[in-house]
This record gives sequence, structure tokens and C-alpha cells, in this order.
Amino acid sequence: MGKKILERLGNGIIKENPILVGMLGICSTLAVTTSAINGLGMGASTLIVLALSNLIISLLRNFLPNSVRIPGYIVIVASLVTIIQFFMQGFVPDLYESLGIFIPLIVVNCIILGRAESYAAKNGPILSLFDGIGVGLGFTMTLTILGAIREFLGSGTVFSTGATQLFKLPEGTWYEPASIFVLAPGAFFVLAFMTAVMNRAKRKKGLPQAEVPDYTQDGGCASCSIDSCAGKTIAEMNNKNKVEIKSRPIDVVVKEKTGEGETKE
Amino acid sequence: MNLILIIVSAAFVNNVVLSQFLGLCPFLGVSKRIKTSTGMGGAVIAVITISSAICSLLYQFVLVPLDLTYLNTIVFILVIASLVQFLEMYIKKSNPKLYESLGVYLPLITTNCAVLGAVLTNVQKDYNFIESVASGFGTSLGFAIALLLMASIRERIEGNDIPLSFRGMPIVLITAGLMSIAFIGFSGVL
Repeated sequence: MGKKILERLGNGIIKENPILVGMLGICSTLAVTTSAINGLGMGASTLIVLALSNLIISLLRNFLPNSVRIPGYIVIVASLVTIIQFFMQGFVPDLYESLGIFIPLIVVNCIILGRAESYAAKNGPILSLFDGIGVGLGFTMTLTILGAIREFLGSGTVFSTGATQLFKLPEGTWYEPASIFVLAPGAFFVLAFMTAVMNRAKRKKGLPQAEVPDYTQDGGCASCSIDSCAGKTIAEMNNKNKVEIKSRPIDVVVKEKTGEGETKE
Repeated sequence: MNLILIIVSAAFVNNVVLSQFLGLCPFLGVSKRIKTSTGMGGAVIAVITISSAICSLLYQFVLVPLDLTYLNTIVFILVIASLVQFLEMYIKKSNPKLYESLGVYLPLITTNCAVLGAVLTNVQKDYNFIESVASGFGTSLGFAIALLLMASIRERIEGNDIPLSFRGMPIVLITAGLMSIAFIGFSGVL
């Protein structure tokens, strides 16, 4: 058991790192990483929601009817997020202010639904809890590193809380902080370079590079692992044992319309 | 006049993708071809505008009188999810041709954070019903514009000689960054 738990933790941090490998949850990643503290705060709140939702969903996996499981997951996650929101408002009001709308938006972070559907719905509560913690730690680490890089390049500090900071660039050095890195474009540039470095490392090892997920093509949603993303509606997924699926999957329609290749099958 | 200001500000100055980082997943995932990106853009405009209207009414006439405003996240996400489902069923029955071009993108929108983000912003800014609809329309218009621009650029750079490590995701992110710099210019408009 102990070995399995360690394997789950390592898996989430390195092998299935949600941002750098899975390219999931990019929205909140880019938006909140203007400083290392914000990245850490967002990562920690997502970690708590992810671990608890994995635990609860895993406990309920045998009671939740298959047909309403996705709405069920959404309600569980939304309730957890509301609770976290209250805690943050009460105990860390500054962080709550600076993260703003991105705390309620944890609900639609695809990492959470992805883990629920691909792991917690199939495994026991303890392993699911640690799977959530592992993926959450991977998310938190990447957010904190990204935040630290952007904060350093953009304002010359690291882990600054206004009055105190872990590190501050002395005045008059060769590097002049460029505020574009804490603005929107800097987020895109820093993540682009981080992914390029990952790509280089992967290429040296002979692994495939990070592709842009393409929702309109076959297998584009594979990393997401929520069935409804494959262009099927939830109603169709529920009915698939009873009647044939009436609308064609999204990739077939798209390929025909753009005149690309053959339809599959 | 006020409404025009709200629309312009939501579409360009605070562009939902390039300055607020909402809805990045479809922005990256459906921007490979211009044709698919127009379909997705149309579907997003419909969903965000309608859900802004419904959520604004629900907030003003149900949640506020009952003093349940803290439940807004749960209520809104359920409204959006069921709205998308109903809209898809309705379009499929009433207009199969429209369904061919827009309907296939609808399931992708349920977990699009731009929708929930737009609705929550309306509430945070205390917009009334008309203002919420205008802001929702502006937000989704901004999304559609950004998506279309991105798709056009990606079609152009497809055959270019890009350094190996930057192929795929990194070059798309850099393109988005450059577009975002251009959109910062709009902040002088208001």
C-alpha cells in the first residue's frame, strides 16, 4: 500500500504533470502566476479541492448512477470550491482579493474533472486521495515556479508580500525588471519557453514533443479523458447502450467539412 | 452609449482570452482551421449571451431575495450545463443545418471557463439585466475575434521553418503572446 501511495504521488508530480505534460488547466495557470505567492496560493487551493473531490467521488463511485455522474461530480466540486472560497475570504483576505474570479473558476478546471473521471471513479478512496494530492502537488509546483520566474523577470523580487521578500534584485544591476512579464503577454512567453525546454529534453530522450491539443481531431481529447468531450453529448453517452448514436462524432463531421482525409472506420 | 462602452470594453479592452486568460483551452484546441473556428465562435456567442441573460435574471430575482448569493457558483454552473444541453437538443430538432455547423461545438462549451467567467464578472460588477446581456455579448464577440485571428495566423505559419523545440505548443503560445501585446494597445481607447 505504501509503495502504491508513493507511486501515485510521483506520478502526479512528474509523469502526469498536469500543466507541462497534460496541458490542462492553462487558464488559471497563466492568469494567477503574476507572483510566486499567488501561484502557491492558487496551487494550494486547487490541491485541497482536488484531493477532497477525489476522495468523495471515490467513496460515492458505487452509489452514483452512471447516467448522472458528470453533473454529480460538478455539484461535488462546486460545493467544495464554495467552502474553500469562504475559508480564504476569512483567513487570507489579501490572497482572496488577488486571485479574484479564479477561485470560483476552479470548478471548471479540467484537471479536477479529468482526475475524477479517469482515476477516482475507478479506484479506492485512499489511493484516490493520494492521486489527488500528487497531481495537486505537480500543479502547485509548476505554478510556483512559473510565478517565481515571472515575478523575478517582471518586478525583480521573489516571494514578495509587499514589505518582505525572499529575494530582491539590488538596485543598479545589469538587469532592469521588464513589467511586461507580469502583464498578460509575459505569461504566454514564459510558458512557451518552459514548454520549449521540456520539448528539448524530451526530444533528447526520444519522446514525442508536446502537441497542441486539437479538439476537432480524433484523440484530441485523450488527455482530458472525459467522454463527453469526444463530441458526444451526455444524453447520447447514456443512451449508447440502447439506441445507436444519431449524430456523428465531431471529428468525422469536421474532417468532411474541411475536406481533409477520409472519414474514419 | 453606456451599453456600447460595455460591449467595446468587454470585446477589446478586457479581451476574454488575451487579457483575462479565460477560455484558453478552446482558443488553443479549436484554432487549427478557420472554418472550425468560425463555427466555435458562433456557438460561444450564442451560449454566453443566453446564459448571461438567464443567470442575471436568476441572480436578481431568486438568489438575492432569498439571500443565497454565496451559492452563485453552483447555481451558475448547473444553469450553464443544462442550457448547453437544451440548446443542443433544440437546434438538432429545429434546424439540422445549423446543428451541422454550430451544434457539434456545443458539448465543448460546457466546461469552457469563459462562460462561467463572463457570468461571474457580470455579478461582480453589479450589472443589471440589459447590461449583463451586453457584457456577455461583448465578451463572446471578443472571444470569437481572438479565435478567428489565431486560426488565420496558425494556417499561415503551418509550413514555416520553426526551430524544432518550438514546434507545436510553444510557437502557438508565443503567437498568443504577440497578439496579447497588440490587444494591450486597446486599453488606451477608453
